[in-house]
Amino acid sequence: MSELAKLERRRRATYGWLLLSPAAILLSLFAFYPSIATLWSSLFSRGTRRNPVAFVGGENYADLFNDPTFWIVVKNNLFYAGVTVPLSMFIALSMALWANSKISAKGFVRTAYFTPTVLPMIAAANLWLFFYTPGLGVLDQIGSLFGLPSVNWLGQPETALWAIIIVTVWKESGFFMIFYLAALQTIPEDLREAADIEGTSRWTYTRRIVLPMLMPMTLFIGVNAVINSVKLIDHLFILTKGGPSDASKLILYYIWEQAFAFFDTPHAAALTMMVLLVLGIVAAVQFFYIDRRTHYQ
Amino acid sequence: MSRYTKSFDTIGAVLLAIVWIAPLLFAVWAAVHSTSDAVNFRLTSPWTLDNFRTAWDGAPWAKYFLNTFILVTIVLIGQFIVTTLAGYAFAQVQFPGKDFAFLLVLLQLFILPEVLIVENYAMVSRLGLFDSILGIGMPYMASAFGIFLMRQAFKSVPIELDEAARIEGCSRLGILLKVYVPLAKPTYLAYALVSVSTHWNNFLWPLIVTNSPDTRPLTVGLSIFGAPENGVDISIISAATIMSVAPLLVAFLIFQRQFVQAFLRAGIK
Repeated sequence: MSELAKLERRRRATYGWLLLSPAAILLSLFAFYPSIATLWSSLFSRGTRRNPVAFVGGENYADLFNDPTFWIVVKNNLFYAGVTVPLSMFIALSMALWANSKISAKGFVRTAYFTPTVLPMIAAANLWLFFYTPGLGVLDQIGSLFGLPSVNWLGQPETALWAIIIVTVWKESGFFMIFYLAALQTIPEDLREAADIEGTSRWTYTRRIVLPMLMPMTLFIGVNAVINSVKLIDHLFILTKGGPSDASKLILYYIWEQAFAFFDTPHAAALTMMVLLVLGIVAAVQFFYIDRRTHYQ
Repeated sequence: MSRYTKSFDTIGAVLLAIVWIAPLLFAVWAAVHSTSDAVNFRLTSPWTLDNFRTAWDGAPWAKYFLNTFILVTIVLIGQFIVTTLAGYAFAQVQFPGKDFAFLLVLLQLFILPEVLIVENYAMVSRLGLFDSILGIGMPYMASAFGIFLMRQAFKSVPIELDEAARIEGCSRLGILLKVYVPLAKPTYLAYALVSVSTHWNNFLWPLIVTNSPDTRPLTVGLSIFGAPENGVDISIISAATIMSVAPLLVAFLIFQRQFVQAFLRAGIK
């Protein structure tokens, strides 16, 4: 009997791992091995004809820390995250509250908010180019109505990153709205009625009941927004290419530039490791802090 | 809600909605007017389709469309196969090392393929898939997100159905295909919509692994077409942009409910 049970268990194990094997192979090829290979190549120098590849330890990292561009890029990305995360979440929440209230034209409003989500970032950048172009662009034309001078929004360091930020917020707010909408629809109607009977003001109801109940969703969206602030860089290729003088350069774009424009793989690898570290911290926060807090809702 | 706040809300919501679709509307406006009419906002100027004609002749769009179509199809088929098998294993099969394997899969949610471009590029070249559509799609096939989604869907299937099918003499793979897969249809639909729109829109990775018009998807083609070095003007760029987003946009407007439901279903779980 126990022989039979052992056989059955072994058969199940084989079956389980057989089912997993395609995923295991692909994940190893395109996630686990590349992560380790990145760490490995970040510890070696770049091979040239005269100097073969050699182990340099932390030298690539030290180079980055001594590279002023690196710090500009880090600062830009922190600023990018610091603005896009709260701003897009705030707009998403306002959109959801509106799209969930009893207003007319609700269908149109929802569609309009969500539409940017289905557009490629490259297309979004092209659309916004029409707004930002100096002289001819929509923004300048509106400005000239009020007698304001022409502004080169994408061409000057003070405004370039803001121009990038606005496109990102425009693109992702509607996406986050959907999640808030879903969460809003789970709030029981009786709470609203009870608040109405008590004569609670709308602001108090929103602040004391709606916002706390949306908290788990806010944290979920927050994590996604942080990840997006690393990931969403496609529009840089169209709008600014990271310029002028690195004013709008973000980390992932910098990695791409190091690896595929300057062919400097070791430094790109060191940069990648640092991004993986940050994402790992985000994952840990999500795993140990947020999941634990939101489980008993 | 008083009538006063209601109309106030309506105005605010509609204003924001107009601001939100303005970029798209301006692009449509620019695409159907000559450049000078478009940038000077001559409202009564005649409409024209010349920009579309010029844009269409300026790049191998038909090839780009076909490439994108093949790409999203390959990715979707690959994802369906890989995530179905893995999701089923995690949901319904008991085997040693399962929890650890699942943890590794979840880890991939944070090791974004976008971040690993350098080593993934090396891997794709090593496999001889550089500048091929399969090479663009392959890193996305074992999606941790999809595996997670399928696991949740299969977990909600009552075990009695599984047992009944087994008594009927159905093979293990037969049970998966005839019992689990049909019951998870809404999840597949949701996942398909999310996957297709993600990969239709993906740019950075296809930019890196493609090197010729034969493999380039729409997004990469559009970025090359619109590059300032090519000196294309705003009306023609707008026409090209509208053209390349049209299929997905029209599909979205028609299947709006399903799209929104899909993103919700995919995101919440």
